[in-house]
Order: sequence, then structure tokens, then C-alpha cells
Amino acid sequence: MIEFRKEYFADERDDNLNEIGKPTQRQDMLGHVTGRSPYFDDHLFDGLLHLKCLRSPHHHARIRSVDTSEAERMPGVKKVIRARDVPLNLNTLLSLMDFGLDDEPMLADKKVCYVGEPVVAVVAETERACFDAIAKIRVDYEVLPHVLDVEEAIKPGAPSVNPTYPTNTFLYHEKYDHQKLRFGDVEAALRQADHVVEGRYQMSPIEQAPTETCGAIAAPETNNRFVVYTSTQALFFSLGTAAKMLKVSSNRLHFIGGTVGGGFGGKVDSIHEPMAILGCMLTGKPVRYAWDREEEMQVGAPRGAERWYITDGVMNDGRIIARKFIGYFDSGAYTRLSSYAIIKGTGHLPGPYTIPNVSSDVYCVFTNRTPATAMRGFGITGVDFSIEAHMDKVASKIGMNPIELRILNSYRDGDMKAHRRLAKNTALIECCQVVAEKAKWKIGSEYKAMSSLKGGGGERALIPAHTAIDQKGMVRGSGTSSFGYQPQPYVPSTPTFPSTPAFPSVPAYTPAASSSPAPGAPERRPAENAPTPSSTYNPTPSQPATPVEQRPAVNRFSSISGLRRR
Amino acid sequence: MTLHRGRGFASINYPIGMNLGGDPSQALVHSNPDGKFMVALSSIDLGQGMKSVTRQIAAETLGIPVEDVYVDTADSDTGPHCMGSFASRGTHRVGNAVIAAAREARSVMMEAAAQELEVNPDDLVTDGKGNIHVKGAPSKSITTAAACGAAQFKQGRTVSGRGIFLVPLSDVDPDTGEMTPVTCFAHAAMVVDIDVDDETGEVTVIEMNSAYEVGRALNPRLVEQQLIGGAWMGMSHALWETTEPYYPDRIHGPVDFNEYLMPGPGDIAPHHISVLERPAPDGPFGGKGPGEMCANPVLPAVANAVFNAVGVRIDELPITPEKVLRGIAAIGGPQPQPKW
Repeated sequence: MIEFRKEYFADERDDNLNEIGKPTQRQDMLGHVTGRSPYFDDHLFDGLLHLKCLRSPHHHARIRSVDTSEAERMPGVKKVIRARDVPLNLNTLLSLMDFGLDDEPMLADKKVCYVGEPVVAVVAETERACFDAIAKIRVDYEVLPHVLDVEEAIKPGAPSVNPTYPTNTFLYHEKYDHQKLRFGDVEAALRQADHVVEGRYQMSPIEQAPTETCGAIAAPETNNRFVVYTSTQALFFSLGTAAKMLKVSSNRLHFIGGTVGGGFGGKVDSIHEPMAILGCMLTGKPVRYAWDREEEMQVGAPRGAERWYITDGVMNDGRIIARKFIGYFDSGAYTRLSSYAIIKGTGHLPGPYTIPNVSSDVYCVFTNRTPATAMRGFGITGVDFSIEAHMDKVASKIGMNPIELRILNSYRDGDMKAHRRLAKNTALIECCQVVAEKAKWKIGSEYKAMSSLKGGGGERALIPAHTAIDQKGMVRGSGTSSFGYQPQPYVPSTPTFPSTPAFPSVPAYTPAASSSPAPGAPERRPAENAPTPSSTYNPTPSQPATPVEQRPAVNRFSSISGLRRR
Repeated sequence: MTLHRGRGFASINYPIGMNLGGDPSQALVHSNPDGKFMVALSSIDLGQGMKSVTRQIAAETLGIPVEDVYVDTADSDTGPHCMGSFASRGTHRVGNAVIAAAREARSVMMEAAAQELEVNPDDLVTDGKGNIHVKGAPSKSITTAAACGAAQFKQGRTVSGRGIFLVPLSDVDPDTGEMTPVTCFAHAAMVVDIDVDDETGEVTVIEMNSAYEVGRALNPRLVEQQLIGGAWMGMSHALWETTEPYYPDRIHGPVDFNEYLMPGPGDIAPHHISVLERPAPDGPFGGKGPGEMCANPVLPAVANAVFNAVGVRIDELPITPEKVLRGIAAIGGPQPQPKW
């Protein structure tokens, strides 16, 4: 079933190492196969509370008012959490790497942008009590026009989805509404090509489908800290996100993870940890927040949909001389990681082939759907599907053996790639040859003789003398301080507390009466900087709703490489 | 009803690690007084084998048996920073950090051994079985346990090491897209054979043949598990899976595994894999990372096989029976293509 073809690249390896290359059984195997490996959900503290969210039933709606008074009186309910209870209710995941603007609230405040967006969180003694309380919350929505298609979303007059990016596209390099790749002159080459082959491809949204749904359990720890058991794929990502949104210093958070029931990219979004800790801060009790299967599938961020248009210029002998891409990533309502995946996808173009003229425009588009996020092959899987389906069309068009077409156009050591770095350590040709032999798919002897190590470089190492550059998609006011804006973070009506650890002499936070510890129970002291719990939410519907498009201009923005430098 | 056999091909490469770099990972390595080592990470083992592959890397670098190393992951109080387990970065980034940490710890162990043996540490080698001896003179030796014990109880040294691996952040030119995305790529090629039922539109995968180039296969069993499981996921992406079956419309979104379609055990096809190993110059012992890319060639190979079987191009995933039947109807009946 599996064989190791050691004869390939043998002179580049030392195969006589002590431990490397050995089929050692995995260290954690015994725990897994005996069902004893501890997952986050195995840490069920005494008195554990549960957290569930009221979610938007609309693709896009303004929140006129929220009435939680009846829900708060329901049996078992310990706390009803609103947007204003979140110390910093706006974040973007990659702010930890200084990339992009904060654009997503933990709980929706003024409007909802997708079906399933959380509006209110309820902490109660059981999940059932959470759901019963949620059923009693009344939200008055004003339904807004919505947009679900990426190409519709970037047309003038389309509903504005995300207040931080009012024109529904991420802004790249403080300059363009898309990510560009320009190498040579594609249009001129297409005119010289014997054939032009066009295609349109659609990658569907896909669920990571882990056996263990995403979740976290947060509990007060001694010494004014919080311990958090989590299913995260990225411990410090989640820790950093929680520290930022809750305004606590990172070393007051003790994150423990490490055994995950399937990730596949769906456990990097750091949704559950901050919410569970907030619930813990506001009640003084351990709180569990985990998705059920429906939430995992329809609220949890999927692999995003991608739409690609590819145009190839190909010669009768099979050489591809030009390849043009236009791509649209459906980011959903918020950025999460799609903006990053687009740069990754762009660096990947035109696939593992040496093509002398390549151009690409890729847009990160906001639509009124569940935000997209990472999944296995993020930024690559969709475009690889498109490229390789397209290669098959090219082969059909010119009547060429599809494997020979790949080998002919394959990149080799020393070739210049479209992102202007030399290829090295390549092995595509050998993979094609081996699989052709295995599947008994005949290829010509000249193709069997080709090698990744030979025939590259030279002319193929050159950057084209002329590259066609354009300013299409330049954003008005970009490159100056007048473009874009940083929406003002929500400022809770209660004072925010210093993020430095406070001394015990600081007046202790008093939990709401309903969440007082039982007599004799060990005292749990939540963070001093937890927002004061409020028992009632007072909507202010009398004020006219301010159109989000009219927020004040400010700002700093992402820079070179999209990575903001300080 | 007729079954139409078709075969499709695809080849891909895959970038290893976070695009543009700027994604550090750290590792700490230390020894107990008896020469048994711990590696402390905050990296996550998703089931891909992070603990196991870093354990082998640490043992190889330290020059000790793998049983003498355990890896602790994912406690933010003890494990130093790591960006996380995604982007095929675990083996490459964390592996390199572990090498750096293990080298530092090894150098202390070797200095301690040299002091006990009254030789120059540069003349010492490890045998990978728990002994340190003078190069060319196996009889002049000390166990790693004795060396570590002496370091801590006699010499007052910590047999420990710190490691970090960082690919410096690349810029991106806004006008041309010039950038350094990653430092190495994995490769794959795949042939898929399928049957298409022209009455039901169902596609059945009959067999997969593949060649994957993964850098050095640090643990061949873990590589095998990744490739087999990943290719099934690719098959599933091609033919079954989506959260929005009528995208961009949001109707009929599945909410459980009755509605979210995936292949069952009976749908799994035999998969014959060849692994090629071209070591990455900057990979840990040449390792790249097979985790993500193994799924990618399957999607287009299946789509291309459907065309080969019935002459229908399905350019929107997943390739459902509905799309196949509509496609066949649109061209006035199946049009099998020449077989390769």
C-alpha cells in the first residue's frame, strides 16, 4: 500500500540516523487507544456553569433593542452577558501579528452581519437552563438588505457588510482593494498564444468536521489567575486573543490544551476561550462554553468558498506562455484569516509550473455569511483544484497527454517563480513520473528522461525584462491617513481596570447575589478588572441609529506585506 | 444504466509553514539528574504526531535513545511560545526549534562528560544508546546518565537548552506581489480511477495511485497515516462535503452528520502510495510536512476523471450526483473520453 522510493534523491540524504526515519510508535498512543487521553471537556469542575448564545436569525439586521429582563429571572441563570460587558469588544485574529484592523465583536452590539452571529450570552447551571433563558430574550431587529455572492458584494451600491471595511473588500498594503501579482506581460502573451483557454471554478465552503466540537472551560485559579482548558490548535494565539479582548495581562491566564479531537484548521479562531473566561470573571465560577454540532457546522467558521477565473495562453507544443487569475475569497462577515490566505495563495501562483507571464488579482470579499477561516490547505486547496482542473482543459484543447503537459511545464531547480524567487529543492517531475509508472499511464520516453535537477535555470532564471504594471483597484485616499478608520472600541460604562495584576488589598469584586458561592464553598475571587455585572440592560432606542458608514475617519493601517510595522 | 470508467490526473506543490514567515516557535529541553530528558513546548498535538516527531528529533540531536525523551505540550505556564499547529508548520518550525534547544543541552552534557573523562569535548561522540565515548576509542566512555548526574551534582551545570526558529518576515510588493512566501515546498502527483453511473449520477472512486514528496520522512508510519487520511479527506471534499450545498444561497445547510455528507467505510478506495524524500535544506533533518497537501491533488484528479468518464466538466465542488446528471443532460448524454 505504501512504498518508499529511496532511490530518488538518495545522494541528498543520510539514511543511517539513529531515530530519524524510524517507525517509532507515537508517545501518546496508549492514552488514545485506551480512551484515557484528557481532552478539554474532561475537566468538569464542581459547580461548572454553562454558556450558550442567542444568535441572529437574520443575514443582516440592525439591533434596535434587546430585552433580557425575563431571561435573567429564569431558574438557574447566573448571568446574562451583553456586548457592553466585553472589555474590548472588537478584534481581528491577526492583530497579534499586526495584520489588519479589528473588525469583529465578541457579541454583536449595533447590528448583526450573518445568521448565527452571537448577540447575547447566557451563563446558567445547565445548558437546558441557558436555552430556556435564551428563548425568553426579546430582540427587536430592523432587517437590512444583505449580500451573499462575492461578485455581487463588490458592485457599487451593494449592502455594506462589515463596518470596518465599508466597501466589502479588505485593503491590501494601504493601497489596493485586492492583492496583485504581476510577472511579465500576460495580455501581450495571450495575443501571441496559439490557444486561449478560459475557466471558472468554485470551491465550496467545507466544515472541518472534528469529532470533538470546539470549546473551552475556564475556572478561577488561586493567585488571581484563570486556568483555561481548551481545544485550541494554537495555544498562544488563543491566550493572546483572550488577554487582549478581556484586558488582562497574559500571565494571569494559564492555558492548558494539547490533546485535540481533530482540528483541521477549525480551532484557531479563539472564540471560546475569551467568552468562557468572561463568563468566569462575571460569575466567579468555572464556565464551559462549547459548540453543539449544529453550531459547529453552521456557526463555526468553515473553509471559505473561493471563486477563481483562469485564462491560459498555450502554444501548440504544450508550452503555457501566459496565465491570468482573478480570484474572490468569500471571507463571510469578518476577516478572521482570509486576508492572510490570499497572500499565501498569491505566492503559490501559477502552481508548480514555470510560466513566463503571470498575473493575478485576488479579492478578500465580505458577505453576510458565517465568517470563513482556516482549513487544511488554507489558501492553496481551492486554487490547486482550479489550476489542475484547468490544466486538464488545456490538455484536452491541444490534444496532449495530461501528465506530459505537467512535466513539460513543471518548474525545476533554478527557475524563476512568479513571486520573483528562484525555485530550489523541486520534485514535481519525479512525482509525475512515479505515479505514471504506478498507474500504468503511458508517457513518452523523453518525458521519462526529464528531471527536476536538469534543464532549469539559465533563461528560465530570468525575471522578464518588462512587467506590465497597473493601478487598477487603487483605493481613493489610500496611502494617507484619510483612508479607513478604526472603529472606536466599545467603552464599557464602568471604568476599565489596570491590566497589571492587582494586589489582594484592592477591594474585591462582589459577584451578583445570584452567583454568590454556596455557604462553605471555597471563595473564588474573579479578576479585579472584570466589568461590574449589570442585572439589567438598558437599551437606548430613543437615539436615532447612526449609519455605520459614517464613522469618523482616522487612522493607521496595515502596511508592507500587509504586516503593519511599528 | 451504464457505469463509465474514467481516470484523472493532478499534480501539486505545497508551501511549508506560514506564508511570509514571521511565525516563531520555541522549545525548552532539560535533563533529569539521571540523563532522562524532557522537551517543553506549547505546540499542539492534533493527532498528527507533534509529540512523537519532536521526540525523535530531540533524541537524534541529543544522541540518546528515544525512550530517554518525553515531550510535554500545550501548557502556557511551562511551554514557551509557539504560533500553533497549522499551515504545515509544526514539523518544520517546531522541529527546528527543538534541534536548537537539544543542541544547547547536548553541548552541556558533552562538556560534563569531557570533564569526567578528562578529555576535550570535541573528541567525544554519542552512540545513540546512552553512552558517550572518545571518538575511535569506545572503551573510554561514560553513560549519558552519569554525565548528566555529574553535571548537576558535581559540576553545578544545568543540562538544558533553549531553542527558537524564526523565518524572518518577508515584505510583499503591492504592485508586483514580489515576496518570499516560504522556504520549501512538498510535492505530489495523483491518478484517480472512478466509475460514473449515468442513471444516478453517482461517482464511485475505484482506486487512487499517488506519489508524494515530503522531504525526509522523519517517521514513516506517521507519514503514512497522514497521507492515507488526507487523501480520503480530499476524496470527500471532491464528492461529498459542503456546509452550503447551493452556495451562495444558504439553503439546506447541514446541521449534523446525517445531513453533512462524507464517505462511509464502504466508499473508501484503495490507495497505493509512493513516498519520495528530497530533504529540505532548512528542514529538521530535511523534513517538510505532509499534513495538509496530501488532500489537495485528489479534488482536481476526481473532477478530471469525471470528464474522462462522461465528458462533463464539473467546475463547482462538490461533484454531487445532481451536478453530474445535469451535466450529462446538458451535453445530450455521456461522452466518454479517450483513456490514458
